[in-house]
Amino acid sequence: MKWDEFFVTGEPMIYGAMASIVLVSLAILVGLTYFKKWGYLWREWLTTVDHKKIGIMYILSALVMLFRGGVDALMMRTQLAGPDMKFLDAQHYNEVFTTHGIIMILFMAMPFIIGLMNVVIPLQIGARDVAFPRLNAVSFWLFFSGAMLFNISFVIGGSPDAGWTAYFPLASLELSPTVGNNFYSIALQIAGIGTLMTGVNFIVTILKMRAPGMKLMRMPMFTWSVLITCVIIVFAFPVLTVALALMMFDRMFGAQFFTMANGGMDMLWANLFWVWGHPEVYIVVLPAFGIYSEIISTFSRKNLYGYKSMVISMVAISLLSFLVWAHHFYTMGHGAMVNGFFSVTTMAIAIPTGVKIFNWLFTLHKGRIQFTTPMLYSLAFIPIFTIGGVTGVMLAMASADYQYHNTMFLVAHFHYVLIPGTVFAVIAGMYYWFPKLFGFRLNERLGKLAFWLIAICFNVTFLPLFFLGLKGMTRRMYTYSASTGFGPLNLLATIGSIGLAIGFAVLVYSIYWSFRYEPRDTTSDPWDARTLEWATHSPVPEYNFAVTPNVKSLDAFWFWKKDKQPLFEDKIEEIHMPNNNGQPFVLGVIFFFFGFFMIFSWWTPAIISGIAIVVMLAVRSFERDHGRHISVKEINKTEQQLRGDKA
Amino acid sequence: MKIDKTLPLEYQTEENSNRIFGFWIFLGAEIVLFSTLFAVYFTLWTRSGTGPSAAEIFQIKPVLLETFLLLTSSFTCGLAIHAMRLGMKKPFMTFMAITLLLGLGFLGIEIYEFVTYVHEGATLQTSAFLSSLFVLLGTHGAHVTMGLLWGSGIMIQTQREGFTHDTANKSFIFSLYWHFLDVVWIFIFSFVYLKGLM
Repeated sequence: MKWDEFFVTGEPMIYGAMASIVLVSLAILVGLTYFKKWGYLWREWLTTVDHKKIGIMYILSALVMLFRGGVDALMMRTQLAGPDMKFLDAQHYNEVFTTHGIIMILFMAMPFIIGLMNVVIPLQIGARDVAFPRLNAVSFWLFFSGAMLFNISFVIGGSPDAGWTAYFPLASLELSPTVGNNFYSIALQIAGIGTLMTGVNFIVTILKMRAPGMKLMRMPMFTWSVLITCVIIVFAFPVLTVALALMMFDRMFGAQFFTMANGGMDMLWANLFWVWGHPEVYIVVLPAFGIYSEIISTFSRKNLYGYKSMVISMVAISLLSFLVWAHHFYTMGHGAMVNGFFSVTTMAIAIPTGVKIFNWLFTLHKGRIQFTTPMLYSLAFIPIFTIGGVTGVMLAMASADYQYHNTMFLVAHFHYVLIPGTVFAVIAGMYYWFPKLFGFRLNERLGKLAFWLIAICFNVTFLPLFFLGLKGMTRRMYTYSASTGFGPLNLLATIGSIGLAIGFAVLVYSIYWSFRYEPRDTTSDPWDARTLEWATHSPVPEYNFAVTPNVKSLDAFWFWKKDKQPLFEDKIEEIHMPNNNGQPFVLGVIFFFFGFFMIFSWWTPAIISGIAIVVMLAVRSFERDHGRHISVKEINKTEQQLRGDKA
Repeated sequence: MKIDKTLPLEYQTEENSNRIFGFWIFLGAEIVLFSTLFAVYFTLWTRSGTGPSAAEIFQIKPVLLETFLLLTSSFTCGLAIHAMRLGMKKPFMTFMAITLLLGLGFLGIEIYEFVTYVHEGATLQTSAFLSSLFVLLGTHGAHVTMGLLWGSGIMIQTQREGFTHDTANKSFIFSLYWHFLDVVWIFIFSFVYLKGLM
């Protein structure tokens, strides 16, 4: 392979991106050296097995990916702002919408959700850490190396360009001959293994490590939602693993799974992809429902309405999520019976979702509502998400779907579901749990400004797309002529997207501003909340709780505060904690190189790094690390410091 | 670390009992993985294009031998864990060694079978049927290979340390994995080979 094939060439914007990548990397290296932070970075972050720090790293990566995916979105909106724009060519536009989709779903929404899970779940159930802290670090570093691998594709080798769904035969070697879709199959595979491990880890954590007395039906709703999500992860992600592996065999080893000759079946890919892909939608939206449940109940000063029905409806959604995949391709023509079946199951999902919406409304009913930033996002979510849901039922009807299929109507629908459903939720969750991690709130004034910009501009951006879709504008078309009449609404959407970008800029600025100027919170429970994570100090000490809480009811912390129901009854004892370790990070780095060599079919280095992975597993197996103990004296000292006692 | 002496050695610490539970969930994910591969195989197995069909390449003899070796290895693996529960190190080591040797024999025949197929012009690239066959069998074979490496590592550790919480836990989890591969093979034997030969 020649160098000019290795690096992507010929696009001034990509040269600019290359230069900025090199400059930013240099700046980080120089900065770390100048401020002598290498040791700090290694000891406190790269080798950490602490669920809180891993959570923070997930969320930071998600914010970076939000920026990358957001830039992709702005480029698309610029290209579509008017008829016959020449900002991007067709190929570049294909690459941009492909990476936008994958990055936003797999490298932004997923890690943001998993980051919040990491931060909150052990605290909510009164545990010291997750069940397998080391595995948790492995999960993070696999996700991270997958994300980095996917992101370098736009300067090295070329991005995937067959859409985020990578349908065959378009994604086959014959029709997509660059390494772009190799990046897709390998990078997603690596990140996917990490996600699967997270699923296993959190199921064990939630089922086995709850504080004494916290029965299943006393778990906070966010914990419930994460438990159900992890079950979906464990049952859905192996399907993606297989699908991506078959794609790899087709593209790199000449197998015939999805080809058009020798018996291959291109539809098989679409089926496998969506058997994973539809549950994936619920993987990112169910935890969001959990976050909203916590926030709405906290800021309505009421317990959550219909706790049991919330749980039952989430279980129902998780079952139905595996029975609806074919609604993504009604138009491929598998007959009236099949389409009918999937229509019915799809529409049935509206029932448990509707139950949840009404439960939130009834929680608000007669509550003493406080309009904090997280609450504003939750309140905006309900009506906007309902629009997304109702248009979803429209799309669910197979016969009508022939009209909407692959138009901008669909694009508007899933943005109306995913942005209020997931993005609003993770932002609300970040605002809500931020003081727990850092000991101060994010500034409310800036937060509300960002909220109004985001909420209004979101609608300005995506509402026009419904009408463009109904008028016949298909998705993924890189340009249109003036005679179509698509121009004005597209311009409106583009203006909205700029507003959305400004909203996110304000949001990031509010984080910076709050770090510098926001007064520190000394109460450790700034929102007067209900669940256990607020019962320990903020920022949380590494062992989470000096004494394991004894849970006697749902919302035990609330009743401890209000009714003096006892919560911490035991004496402080020695605490057993896992040691930090650099192996997960090293494993992530090796996986990165292994993936890279595989993508370019450089077999010798690929085999060497493959062996290195097996060696790392053996090293772990032969190692004996039983963690360390924190003495009672040390705990007392930390607790006194966190309480602010003078020595 | 809390130790519950009433439980078998491999379950005694909380961490280790969580590991066993976690591995069961992981096996759940593995079931989905193999189910997907089976689904792909059943979708494609009659689609042999211009290449040979299942009945033309399958031979019952090596497959029967493979089945015999792997089923026996599952039995000896069970005996090894039984020996471990009784605290008998030498029988444990012997049965583990027999298990791994039988696994190695299985793998040898599978590789021989693959080589034969390729010699007959039935390769991964020939047809959708053969792609799905090779990937299904290959995934199972790769799992067996992984098991051989893993099991050898555990034998070395047990030789050095005797039965500790660590080694007992690892051995038990390994046995779950090994029995699981046996179950998958029963499905491959019945629904790939026997069905293909009918």
